[in-house]
Amino acid sequence: MVYTYEMHGLKLALDVESGALHVLDEPSYAALQLLASAECKDAEKQILEKFGEQSTKQVFSEISELQKKGLLFSGKMPISSISDGVVKALCIHLAHDCNLRCGYCFAGSGNYGGVRGLMPLYTAKRSVDFLLENSGKRRHCEIDFFGGEPLLNFDVLRETVAYGKKRAEELDKVLKFTVTTNALALTEKVRDYLNSEQISVVLSLDGRRDVHDRMRRLPGGGPSYDAVLSNCKEMVAGRNGENYYLRGTYTRHNRDFTEDVLSMLDEGFDQISLEPAVLTPDKQESLREEDLQELFAQYERLVDVLWQRELNGKRANFFHFELDLKHGPCAKKRVSGCGAGEAYLAVAPDGRLYPCHQFVGEEDFYAGHVSSGIIKDRLNRFYGLDTENKTVCGSCFARFFCGGGCHASAWIINHDLLEPYSLGCALHRKRVECGLYLQARRMLHQLGSE
Amino acid sequence: MTMKHIITLNPDAAQAFEAGTGCGECPTSCQSACKTSCTVGNQVCIREEEKK
Repeated sequence: MVYTYEMHGLKLALDVESGALHVLDEPSYAALQLLASAECKDAEKQILEKFGEQSTKQVFSEISELQKKGLLFSGKMPISSISDGVVKALCIHLAHDCNLRCGYCFAGSGNYGGVRGLMPLYTAKRSVDFLLENSGKRRHCEIDFFGGEPLLNFDVLRETVAYGKKRAEELDKVLKFTVTTNALALTEKVRDYLNSEQISVVLSLDGRRDVHDRMRRLPGGGPSYDAVLSNCKEMVAGRNGENYYLRGTYTRHNRDFTEDVLSMLDEGFDQISLEPAVLTPDKQESLREEDLQELFAQYERLVDVLWQRELNGKRANFFHFELDLKHGPCAKKRVSGCGAGEAYLAVAPDGRLYPCHQFVGEEDFYAGHVSSGIIKDRLNRFYGLDTENKTVCGSCFARFFCGGGCHASAWIINHDLLEPYSLGCALHRKRVECGLYLQARRMLHQLGSE
Repeated sequence: MTMKHIITLNPDAAQAFEAGTGCGECPTSCQSACKTSCTVGNQVCIREEEKK
């Protein structure tokens, strides 16, 4: 399968099966468009009529050469996903409570529809043991502290990291820690600790003040922007601008989200992610099919803004555009993106296990306990949820950059783990187009071709 | 690889794509928007990382 498209004057072709990316001129673009179309039977004749004999011969000769090298129209190969029953990532819910009351929170303002509370140290340590015991021969494992707001349980976080590092060292494993936080509780003491322990941080800020404060309110209804921004700045400065992501959420209320990324850039951040809110259609903030063209235009605008900044020596990483075309993961990894229910599990403050953080509290998805282990039967429906088994993925050019989408989104929107959230897919395809475009611009710039 | 009409930006793509053994040492991706949705396209092969 070959996917052709044009963005900001650059004509591109992606050979889906091999991952090869080609920059085209007008005749080769026209030829590949025709060849990629199942209906076209006389591509060469059409190109000859439009571009003349010499160009046509050259174009088809180049296409043929690339085809022989497996870089165009490469055949579909059967790929089995990595599925060996080991757990290598755990989302530890240190707190089912929060110091914010965000309008789009999937976790019911932090308590996941249950009782507000914190994870005891015993359960957190047991969670570490559970992960290490179930990780088989995998050396690299990950723990993400999540909530609610995990920093409400900072002492337990600190003890858990110390315990995890000690146990990992004893077992010759490497544990990577990340904390996802709303940044309100990032005091100097907490910041210093997270920096000294080299814990990755994902900091939540939505962009412009009014956009952020509209959704991310304090429990009494007050705004949080000033405190959050100040703490994020301190946090990032304290780690020399490394090992962090500033992440925001956009909703139907800020479909002009490029302005929010610009606001983050203006505040000095250069590692940025902005995510579309996944909400059921009944919610006023939910994104809709009729918003897509506007959102696509925003992504295209954003990638252009980022490239122009980069040319002026102000490179920033927008997470979804940072595709690695040379050292990306292998094919086996690429067919199954979401690890939920297989390599990735979430643990609630009471030690109960779920396929991922978004399923926590859904008793239909209860999958065991860190003390007694996984109930394998409860996770059977998560095995084999890869692009090979999802019908819609088969014809999608972005499937090897995606892996089949978020299982939780598929469930929330469609109640079917094999049917990805279509609006999310559409946005993801556009982000892949933009990401490929940005990588192409960078590579051409390095080659001196522009 | 630069030809008159087509520039291939990553001619080793197919090789790299097929070479992996599926060792599973790379980070587990989470595509949930409430975190920073890490798709497989954003990841690098950990073996390649270690070579750097």
